[in-house]
Amino acid sequence: MPTADELLDFPALAGLDAEHRQLLADLAETVTLPPGERIFEEGQVADACWLIRTGRVTLDAGQPAGPRYVVQTLGPGDVLGWSWLVPPYRWQLGASAAEAVTAVRLDAAAMRAAAETDPAFGYPLLLGFVTALLPRLHGTRARLLDLYGNPRDR
Amino acid sequence: MLPLPYRVAGRERETGDSVTLHLEPVGARIAPFAPGQFTMLYARGVGEVAISISGDPSLDGATLTQTIRDVGAVSRALCRADLETRIGVRGPYGRGWGLDTAAGRDLVVVAGGVGLAPLRPVLLGALARRAEFGRIVLVAGARTPAEFLFRDQLARWSKQSDLEVELTVDRPADGWTGDVGFVTEPLGRLTIDPTRTTAFLCGPEPMMRFSANVLQGMGLPAADIRVSLERNMKCGAGLCGHCQLGPLLLCRDGPVVDYRQARPLLAIREL
Amino acid sequence: MGDAVIDRAGLDALVAGLHAAGYQVVGPTVRDEAIVLAELGSGADLPDGWGVDVGPGHYRLHRRADRAVFSHSAGAQSWKQFLHPPRQPLWSLDDGEFRAAEAEPTRYAFLGVRGCDLAALRTLGTVLGDGAQPSAGFARRRRDLFVVAVGCTEPGGLCFCASMGTGPETGPGYDLALTERVDADGHRFVVSVGSDAGAAVLESLTHRAATAAETADAADAVAAARDRMGRTMPATDLRALLVESRESPHWGDVADRCLTCGNCTMVCPTCFCTTTEDVTDLTGEHVERSERWASCFEIDFSYVHGGSVRTSGASRYRQWITHKLSSWHDQFGSSGCVGCGRCIAWCPVGIDITAEVAQLDALRAAAEGSPDADR
Repeated sequence: MPTADELLDFPALAGLDAEHRQLLADLAETVTLPPGERIFEEGQVADACWLIRTGRVTLDAGQPAGPRYVVQTLGPGDVLGWSWLVPPYRWQLGASAAEAVTAVRLDAAAMRAAAETDPAFGYPLLLGFVTALLPRLHGTRARLLDLYGNPRDR
Repeated sequence: MLPLPYRVAGRERETGDSVTLHLEPVGARIAPFAPGQFTMLYARGVGEVAISISGDPSLDGATLTQTIRDVGAVSRALCRADLETRIGVRGPYGRGWGLDTAAGRDLVVVAGGVGLAPLRPVLLGALARRAEFGRIVLVAGARTPAEFLFRDQLARWSKQSDLEVELTVDRPADGWTGDVGFVTEPLGRLTIDPTRTTAFLCGPEPMMRFSANVLQGMGLPAADIRVSLERNMKCGAGLCGHCQLGPLLLCRDGPVVDYRQARPLLAIREL
Repeated sequence: MGDAVIDRAGLDALVAGLHAAGYQVVGPTVRDEAIVLAELGSGADLPDGWGVDVGPGHYRLHRRADRAVFSHSAGAQSWKQFLHPPRQPLWSLDDGEFRAAEAEPTRYAFLGVRGCDLAALRTLGTVLGDGAQPSAGFARRRRDLFVVAVGCTEPGGLCFCASMGTGPETGPGYDLALTERVDADGHRFVVSVGSDAGAAVLESLTHRAATAAETADAADAVAAARDRMGRTMPATDLRALLVESRESPHWGDVADRCLTCGNCTMVCPTCFCTTTEDVTDLTGEHVERSERWASCFEIDFSYVHGGSVRTSGASRYRQWITHKLSSWHDQFGSSGCVGCGRCIAWCPVGIDITAEVAQLDALRAAAEGSPDADR
């Protein structure tokens, strides 16, 4: 199990005080995922989130013919998994460990219960996850801008 | 201001729309260049365009290496120039990256698309004097794996221990095992020492703004972030007035500008 | 050497003397119902007794009661067209060899350069002659130039050289300076010498020494012009005002009036922007590159791949006035405006640069909630 102080390595949790970090640490476990490990599938119940320490994770969408489309990779410091936050609590994409991954796995149901019980825990937790999400959303929008495209083709 | 005749002595196709030309002087050569400077390249009968020099500043020879993307009539003519084609060269012009002033510091080089071309001289120049700098990190983004410039060189650099390379693509292709995400994402994962880092950014303007925001969010002062800006250039020598951005004449006060000066100018529509 | 005095015939002799010394003499003439700077065949070509009425978008000649030669202002051209021609060849390319265009042998003598225009020549010298890559053509023409300046005794309705610090007295940069006096004592010119070349030319003319009274009278007449300026540029830090006004609502107001025709840039004595043009013969073997005047009002002046940065009229007007009054300081160490008023006269819709500045100043004060705004 990770310690409360180890959770300080993740900027998403910076807004939590020591007591709440300990609460979270009690819900967490350190996991190691071998390269190629299929972490979750699109459509499955979203029951956890992972704070990645080392390694690389790919997010993908399946297609009828050919390998899965990789839409995003995540690395150290990134949060894997958002669909556990809100109903229907189902993964929208699949995820694999592209290389060996070490991460802190947090139980989703337990986090939601703790957040509902204690808004003083839930609010900074949610704020932290949103803070981690924004650069991902912004990066996705930046990719949509197709900035590297040839101006001739616009 | 008379162009000097050069000939195409070598050429490599970099991507579907970019080519690197190795130019040799026919007679007199231009002065040695500093990383970040550009030349005005003339394609006979078509016109002139400003192109950043993309070669190794530590080499003594007269070979001029320039990487050109086909975005208009002149650049297309240059991209199509066969061996032995005569190209007119004026320069080198402009205020460069100022690598010397970053001695003793960590270097973070952030390249978007063909922005890697004007940055390559920074990396080559720093690697040639490796002991003068701390960490050297290159974060480079491209649209797809096939659209990276200098792919062989990037592969070699990725294996070297004296610099860190983070490559990322907007869209992967089959077989790509690297990062997928905008260049700000691997950049955001870096841990830097903001008291001793200088960042060099080049690419589309929104990419530079977004990357500068990430770096400033890490505590890096705007004055330690340098961007390479691009505007219409006709003379390249401070005489024609075209390349103005606010008070700056980019051929003379740029193209490299520190972000403390550039940021407010880039924020104003139609400046 | 103290001041000298020559009469009207002496002015003709000055023109003849400059011709004899190998100069092409350029000065004001009457043509096409305007005062036009052109080559003088002799002093008889000067506009004796012609004056001008000028206003925003308005310029008319009128007959004066006296025979003054230099009492007019805000003509449609300035002296820049001779040092920085509207079109000049740069180089040609044959057989892979670039050859610089041959220098034309003309040596100009300018007759009648007022303080504003003299200041314009000085700043053009900085812009085109003092950079890291000076314009060779400009430098040569400037070096060979002989300047006969004129102290202004009759400013026009649009003049504001006084508030720009460029006149009515002539600053440095002349070989000879004349102050025209037309009164009961006759038509004469008090002459000051500004250089050895000027002294040599004066020596070749019939002249007499000026009395102390004549010298003082000439100085007073010019000084008095300071109080008769048609316009005033607001006495504020223009460099800062334009920077702080980048997002002013005023630009939309100007855009409703400005046609982006670029007249102002053509008549302005300091506007220097150029573009290049390449012409190839049918075989493609012979290429000529020339330089021609450009204007920041052109829609593709700011073109980068994908489009122009400044497409709106508001942004292009902002660019012009900001460059002229603000960025020029950063780029060249002085203001780009010399207060000649030409841009006001030759604007088809009569946009007045001094009024636009006053409006920007007022809007800034109002936005800052300064006590002045509340009064």
